[in-house]
Amino acid sequence: MSRSSKKGPFVEERLMSRIIAMNAENKKTMIKTWSRTSTIFPEMVGHTIAVHDGRKHVPVFVSESMVGHKLGEFAPTRTFRGHIGSGKVR
Amino acid sequence: MARIAGVNVPLNKRVEVGLTYVYGIGRSTSIKILDEAGISRDTYVRDLTEDEVGKIRDLVDRDLLVEGDLRRERSQNIKRLMEIGCYRGIRHRRGLPVRGQKTKTNARTRKGPKRMQVAGKKKPGKT
Repeated sequence: MSRSSKKGPFVEERLMSRIIAMNAENKKTMIKTWSRTSTIFPEMVGHTIAVHDGRKHVPVFVSESMVGHKLGEFAPTRTFRGHIGSGKVR
Repeated sequence: MARIAGVNVPLNKRVEVGLTYVYGIGRSTSIKILDEAGISRDTYVRDLTEDEVGKIRDLVDRDLLVEGDLRRERSQNIKRLMEIGCYRGIRHRRGLPVRGQKTKTNARTRKGPKRMQVAGKKKPGKT
């Protein structure tokens, strides 16, 4: 079920305002965020955002084609390296 | 033999069904096309006149993405997901279900046939 278009896409305001501020100053520092549900906006392209995965912040470099996805999609929350003896170790 | 959208040659079936042999056209799109072209759904493909075939072909070319183009678009969409490294892309890469289904059991369509337990690996009997 998609979100009502009346509301527009969701972003955490704090995150967005920091991005806008950084764009205004032409700076690029990493921003830590816990807001995995925030949509990636065109303004964020080129920034590196550290998205919380529940344990640590995973740096995500935002590229053009990521616009419209959510930040959380790029920071997996599960670590599964395979079962013992399955031979498929990553 | 009628050629619509490239190589497709539906046989002696009703047009409604014959059109579904084209990749990207199902029953409902097929009906939509025929209604727009003003052709009865019940005519057989072999009874179509040149004119009618032409009309269908034009409609398909105009509004629909079919066959190779559609396949290409689909695989490109998937490739894009895999490249940007998002969750759905990772699931595609690993060949696991993409839309949040359980994988503890089932998920055989994505994971392929069941892999049997290796012979020498049986547990020792209970004591």
